[in-house]
Amino acid sequence: MNNRYQIVVVGGGHAGVEAACAAARMGASVALVTFAPDKIGAMSCNPAIGGLGKGHLVREVDALDGVLGRAADAGAIHYRMLNRSKGSAVWGPRVQADRELFGRSVQAQLEEYPNVAIIADEVANLDLKGSRVAGVILKSGTNVAADAVILATGTFLGGRLFRGEERLEGGRIEERAATKLAGQLYDANLPMARLKTGTPPRLDGRTIDWASLERQPSDGEKWTMSALTPERSNPCIACGITRTNRTTHDIIRASLDRSPLFSGAIGAAGPRYCPSIEDKIHRFGDRDGHQVFLEPEGLSTHLVYPNGISTSLPTDVQLAMLRSMAGLERVEMAVPGYAVEYDHIDPRALRSTLEHEMIAGLYFAGQINGTTGYEEAAAQGLVAGAAAGAAVGGREELTLTRDNSYIAVMIDDLTLQGVSEPYRMLTSRAEYRLRLRAANADTRLTGLGLRVGLVREERGMWFARRQAKRQQVDEALDRKLESAVIRDAGFAAGASTYTKTAREWLAGGSLRMPDLASLLDLETIVPDDLATELEEDARYAPYLARQDAEIAGMRASETVKLSASFDYAAVPGLSNEMVERLSTARPETMAAAGRVPGVTPAALAAVLVQARRQETQNA
Amino acid sequence: MVLWFEGPRTATGEDLVELHCHGGLAITRAVERALGAIDGLRAAEPGEFTRRAFENGRIDLAEAEGLADLLAAETELQRLSAQENFGGSLSRSVAQWRKRLIDISAGLEALMDFSDEDDVAVDLSDIVTQAKALRAELEKVLGRPSVERLRNGVRVVLAGPPNSGKSSLFNTLLEDDAAIVSATAGTTRDTLERSVALDGVPIVLVDTAGVHEESQDEIERIGIERARTQFERADILLWFGPVSERPAGAITVRSKSDMNIDPRGQADFNVSSVTGNGIRELVDSLARRSRSMLPKPGVASLNERQQLYTQAAARNLAEIEDVQDPLIVAESLRRTRVAFDSITGHGSTEAMLDTIFAGFCIGK
Repeated sequence: MNNRYQIVVVGGGHAGVEAACAAARMGASVALVTFAPDKIGAMSCNPAIGGLGKGHLVREVDALDGVLGRAADAGAIHYRMLNRSKGSAVWGPRVQADRELFGRSVQAQLEEYPNVAIIADEVANLDLKGSRVAGVILKSGTNVAADAVILATGTFLGGRLFRGEERLEGGRIEERAATKLAGQLYDANLPMARLKTGTPPRLDGRTIDWASLERQPSDGEKWTMSALTPERSNPCIACGITRTNRTTHDIIRASLDRSPLFSGAIGAAGPRYCPSIEDKIHRFGDRDGHQVFLEPEGLSTHLVYPNGISTSLPTDVQLAMLRSMAGLERVEMAVPGYAVEYDHIDPRALRSTLEHEMIAGLYFAGQINGTTGYEEAAAQGLVAGAAAGAAVGGREELTLTRDNSYIAVMIDDLTLQGVSEPYRMLTSRAEYRLRLRAANADTRLTGLGLRVGLVREERGMWFARRQAKRQQVDEALDRKLESAVIRDAGFAAGASTYTKTAREWLAGGSLRMPDLASLLDLETIVPDDLATELEEDARYAPYLARQDAEIAGMRASETVKLSASFDYAAVPGLSNEMVERLSTARPETMAAAGRVPGVTPAALAAVLVQARRQETQNA
Repeated sequence: MVLWFEGPRTATGEDLVELHCHGGLAITRAVERALGAIDGLRAAEPGEFTRRAFENGRIDLAEAEGLADLLAAETELQRLSAQENFGGSLSRSVAQWRKRLIDISAGLEALMDFSDEDDVAVDLSDIVTQAKALRAELEKVLGRPSVERLRNGVRVVLAGPPNSGKSSLFNTLLEDDAAIVSATAGTTRDTLERSVALDGVPIVLVDTAGVHEESQDEIERIGIERARTQFERADILLWFGPVSERPAGAITVRSKSDMNIDPRGQADFNVSSVTGNGIRELVDSLARRSRSMLPKPGVASLNERQQLYTQAAARNLAEIEDVQDPLIVAESLRRTRVAFDSITGHGSTEAMLDTIFAGFCIGK
């Protein structure tokens, strides 16, 4: 085994895999260390990828040539475009994936990278040399040297499982925890805290009465998660829908004292948008039932994931609760649900590259930063991997901003605001949502990725073809069309005679891209994704123009950098509260400082003055 | 007068245009309002000129060092004055608007971020109705007297033909026991302004040139022109001429009641600056009317800056009324939030998420 790599990635989950692959695309030699190489790419919880807000992240990771989108397509056995009836800015492409097909695709993609080595071991310690990381020390005793280390340990860091009165050490059921590494991070005085999450029991599908249940089929459309997936390849299957009822709620209520969430055993905060069923019953006692989606976990397994009833109640209560629901009267559990409490770092200690502010070369990505979800993890892995890759290779960094990606919105929120519960991507977090659409991720990001070398040749060629087509259609949209022509074609154009550009007709909403394609005699076929993108560009143009002023203001403040060693306590006139808030968040620019919660305009002005003074002194 | 300075050798280092206008706050306010209506133009944020000057290297370190303290003092003063005047009721109003807006947004955001949840059933038309109601409330407050009128005083303009007793009454009111004469507010050649407090109500008394139609004198004609401009700016107009010629809305006053000239119609007030007859009644009436034109204690009033943002908020809410796309409604609500946040200095995405999670059972 080689003992020296440029980058070591710790963890083989969604964050770890994207980190290793992104770093490798940037040309670095990478070692990925994991307890269990066969579990690389495992989906620990819900067998689904994408959804509202999360679907954007998948598309963005894909636009930067990541792994997740293609793996999702390779595993997909059920497709739904959430919010289809609304504007594409809030569409949520979501697939349910066969666990095995998904994992296999992740591992196959990893093998495409000759410069990624996989090491089956546990990282016992980081090798810290002063304020810089020099590698990792494996449990087997081997020292692996590296210029950068990316920690993507998920829920494994100090992981502890809870189910009723049972307690187990581990990051996932039947897997161990990284306890020693957690201890070292606490000892190094890093700002660590605990969060919790949970997962529902897994059911044996053969014991479900499917015939009695309402079914939700996959949509019959053609879209895929990745731009590079030519078409859907797997047979699609339907989900079943059942509901909790009064009896279910009574069973849960009677056993609340045996739930570690209510007995006080778990003190850490869990995600509000993914509450346990006991939490839902407790907080929304007036509802007479909650929907439960029964999602098959794959084509070659009988396991079914009941979405909506994450729980840490004792095993006997879980079974009784399940059997009180329609269609589940005779159900058997394969694995009961459980809650997991784990260590995470306060992400305000990280830069926007996800590198620790004080320990050079040490990066954090995924659930360890207080997020939840495969998509959030993958996106962070990609950012950390690309940044570490650029750093060790002395190459240009990928720069993402709140107005070009959800990825940047997430990283900015994390590193400036920190977390009080596991962070999940939501479209409402993105103030420039109208321009950050699931349908235009390639246009927004692939070019940036190509420039820094994060995107490989195959996607580069695909992108060049798409751009050429986009430009061709875009130019055609500037052509003028008379109202008579529109009227003759059977669309609303009023009685008078006037001309508008094709783009203006499109913005008016009375006709769509395919209608225009024939009126303009376009020689090229406009694919659906491009049509959607151009239609919405036209429709949202006035709103986007207004946002431009806001964005220009942000850009101007972004040029004023605040160094990691900026001493807020030395700024004249700054209150202790402001010093505390700013020192914890450590914004990198004046624009970021303005987004730190609770910081006043007067405080910002004082910081600006100090920053300018230092700049002049250093010049 | 308009002056054009080309950067970088200007105060801020950028291209600058200076507008010089005639004295008087109302003129500058009017110009500001006209500028504010131009798309892409906005007022500078507090300290923005200094900030730009500093960013562009036009002021030195010593000057810049004072900036933080200066800005802090400015805000403290604003805070104090707001507190003294209104007991924090404006902040309470804005906080309440903001809360209502956040409730509206939360419903809409839940519709978009959690539409796959069975607990979320929100109707876009409800959102529009709620936005309309909020806008009506904003319009109500926008219609209220502004803080500036309290700060600068109610304008009482004395007008009428020459020699109808305007100036005598002007002087009498200034010398009246009830009146406290303060510093000159702004004098032009032919109209005279004095700030006084009548029964504790801040008032700007404006004496104007006599108005008569057949003036041949060039200077006098200009004076008359200016007097007419004053009529338009008046909050209260006292008319000393014939009742039949009174401008709309004016209060008629017959001066020189001691001289027993034939009354030309029944005036609202008969006064004599010589004997003091009727003066008390007039003062009482002016004070009462003026008080009703000022912001009431405990009721929120807006200053010009707050008014601008509140207008922006109302405009954004108005846009919603004929839009079908929930995304565009959400964008207008977001811009409304930005406007409110500019008044209070709070960020609100988190607050909105809190509202969503408190109200809906989210999470499959």
